[in-house]
Amino acid sequence: MKTIEEINAKIKKKKVVVVTAEEMIEIARSKGTKKAAQHVDVVTTGTFGPMCGSGMFINVGHSKPRIKIGGGKCYLNDVPVYCGLAAVDIYIGATASPDNDPRNTVYPGAFKYGGGHVIEDFISGKPIRLEATAYGTDCYPKKRIETFINKETVNEAYIYNPRNGYQNYNVAVNLSKRVIHTYMGVLKPNLGSANYCSAGQLSPLLNDPKYRTIGIGTRLFLAGGVGYVAWNGTQHNPSALRGPDGIPRAGAGTLAVVGDAKQMSGDFIKGASFIGYGATIFVGLGIPIPILDEEMAYFTSRSDEDFWAQVVDYGQDYPERIPKSLCEVNYAQLKSGKIDVKGKEVPTFPISSYSKAKEIASILKEWISSGRFLLTNPVEHLPGVESGIKMNTLEERTIEEVAY
Amino acid sequence: MKKRMILRFKRNTIDKPVVYGLVKNYNLVVNILRANISPKAESMMVVEIEGRESDFERGMDYLRGLNIGTEPIEQDINRDEQKCVHCGICTSVCAPEALYIPDRNTMRVEFDYQRCVACELCVKVCPVKAMSVSFD
Ligand code: SF4
Ligand code: SF4
Repeated sequence: MKTIEEINAKIKKKKVVVVTAEEMIEIARSKGTKKAAQHVDVVTTGTFGPMCGSGMFINVGHSKPRIKIGGGKCYLNDVPVYCGLAAVDIYIGATASPDNDPRNTVYPGAFKYGGGHVIEDFISGKPIRLEATAYGTDCYPKKRIETFINKETVNEAYIYNPRNGYQNYNVAVNLSKRVIHTYMGVLKPNLGSANYCSAGQLSPLLNDPKYRTIGIGTRLFLAGGVGYVAWNGTQHNPSALRGPDGIPRAGAGTLAVVGDAKQMSGDFIKGASFIGYGATIFVGLGIPIPILDEEMAYFTSRSDEDFWAQVVDYGQDYPERIPKSLCEVNYAQLKSGKIDVKGKEVPTFPISSYSKAKEIASILKEWISSGRFLLTNPVEHLPGVESGIKMNTLEERTIEEVAY
Repeated sequence: MKKRMILRFKRNTIDKPVVYGLVKNYNLVVNILRANISPKAESMMVVEIEGRESDFERGMDYLRGLNIGTEPIEQDINRDEQKCVHCGICTSVCAPEALYIPDRNTMRVEFDYQRCVACELCVKVCPVKAMSVSFD
């Protein structure tokens, strides 16, 4: 048994043993999990994938005379931002598209530039055109402003992503007869391809399946800077299907994360356009996992063949919210390039970057071994299986159905 | 000079030993990048041809004389290595596997320009616009 305090003392003395989740697999294979738990202090994880539940708060500073953007309208590089906040606070979401974007009117739409791209440009230090209109008040008389901002001119700019780091995800296939364009990429008809989106053995929450060490307040790598877990993510679903050792076999936990955008790097957060689907953003996330005991050594040393995911039809079942799994496959099979679905060999394609995930896990390892990055005890644990939390759905209800 | 061409064969021309002809009679180096040969429908072949300009022109005349269509591939597909995040999405649309993942441990996406037939599907699908078309 080890404590976070003991591990941090070792980090400060630069005597900590930190390895990536990939390296941990090998260590546990050769030494066994018991010895691995004694030897290794920290395992680093990483993931880099499209995460629509992302965005950034900015306080743009006050103009002279003052303008109340709050309650008005505001655009960054023609992308609309959320203004229902205080006078000069705005929130830009990753999936926002310019008002005049043709979207899917010419199918499949290209979604060339959206909120995710604005965030990437801002983080990369580029100038961003701000346009806002307001109704004018006695204290905020200005009604219109057009100007440029960048990360030096604004006050705070912080990423607040309400849902990142999905603990496992569906494998998407298409049983219909036409090509479909989804957030899981382009899917060929008649079970012609299978797309998956998880870092598997490197994925943060798959390495701590029971949320023993990752909780509210956990310090982490977010897009090249330091960030924190703010809360559980939206649609956090601890009650999802799990295997006998507690590892989720379907999309389960999620994280809300926060971090200073000014520290981040455009190499680890990238605006993305999903053809026929929309604008979004690739986010790089890495979380250190303290090896407190043998159970944590066991979880962090699970490899791709131990992590299973459900194959789901996006031709009909997913859009119609029919909860059906065609079969289960593991990440070793997915990474091999083909899986077997109902006796058919189906080629597989990733949509999240394993090579970037690896890079993130290595950077985090370096931060910790060089003494720059200390581990945290969760301030509060994320809701686990015992919470009984299940996903609610949006039904078309009458007022009587929801009135007490 | 080096040029990439699409050769289109009508049903009755697939039996001609054209590559041999180009090599033997016109001194051209012919590298077959992709071939889609079908005895029933029109067949096509993407080739890279290297040789002297005049030999190349005569070689093309020879093919046209055999009723084989010749079109230069004018587009060039490039990958911006700075932009590519190695997500792998493009590999799902690249039929000739010019974009592919050779190493299943690193999962890095490689681009083999030689295999590319300039279909441009990756240009549309790449979420970070790392793939682009340029014209000669
Ligand atoms: S889709 Fe684009 S970013 Fe992804 S691997 Fe292909 S070229 Fe690179
Ligand atoms: S244009 Fe792109 S998708 Fe088409 S063959 Fe070339 S690399 Fe592959």
